[in-house]
Amino acid sequence: MSEFLAMGGYAFYVWGSYGVTFVLLAIEVIVLLKRVKRETSP
Amino acid sequence: MTARSLHLFWFSSPHTFFPLAGTLARVCAVAAAVLCAAGLYVGLFVAPTDAQQGEAYRIIFIHVPAAWMSMFLYVVMAFWAAMGLAFNTRLSGMMASALAPTGALFTFIALWTGSLWGKPTWGAWWVWDARLTSELILLFLYFGFMALKASIEEPRRADRASAVLAIVGVVNVPIIYYSVKWWNTLHQGASVSLTKAPSMAATMLVGMLLMALGFWAYSIAVALTRVRCSIREMRRQEER
Repeated sequence: MSEFLAMGGYAFYVWGSYGVTFVLLAIEVIVLLKRVKRETSP
Repeated sequence: MTARSLHLFWFSSPHTFFPLAGTLARVCAVAAAVLCAAGLYVGLFVAPTDAQQGEAYRIIFIHVPAAWMSMFLYVVMAFWAAMGLAFNTRLSGMMASALAPTGALFTFIALWTGSLWGKPTWGAWWVWDARLTSELILLFLYFGFMALKASIEEPRRADRASAVLAIVGVVNVPIIYYSVKWWNTLHQGASVSLTKAPSMAATMLVGMLLMALGFWAYSIAVALTRVRCSIREMRRQEER
């Protein structure tokens, strides 16, 4: 498991890419769902 | 209007499109989750370690699909902008503006992951190379489109002005795509080509394509949900 997380020494670069992508997409979805909720609630 | 053109424009009415967009968005959201989960599994666990780049190459499973989406979404955005100019349909402008934030997001992700990939392989976070520079211009085109749209209050005028910007900016997309051929760049050539046999392991290709399809479904789901928000807002303003 720790070997997998280490990514052969490239952990910062690989997880930095995956992590930031995941966080940004999650933010987009959360912001959009808040907008939907605000507009559908009377 | 003939019966045929009536049929063609049926879904260009926001009110008939609204329920269809809802169903499509839900289907695509589920598809995006499944495809991305499968893509991550193949990319992180199944695909072998690269002989030259070690594990650093695994950034490809995000970088290449995001870069494809950044260009593809811009073309679709410009297409809807052009449709809006040609036919003056309200829905076209909504489609164009619904795609812009997601397109900008994928452009940023492509630049960000590219930077994190460039450091260990090239030794630099950023170089002013043709591919990188034209992709950065794409990000500014998305920002310009959104800023221009937001700065004009009258919706129809905002749609027309931003449509012109989107259409002019579309020339940048082939420049990005062919930049690695036209100029001597540090960036490597196309990873996948329709005319050549794949140069990478089959599992790498499968992982990348799964992620690309997942991002595709994600973009459709998010953009259609945003269009539904715009339609709701328009209805509310009409009721007033």
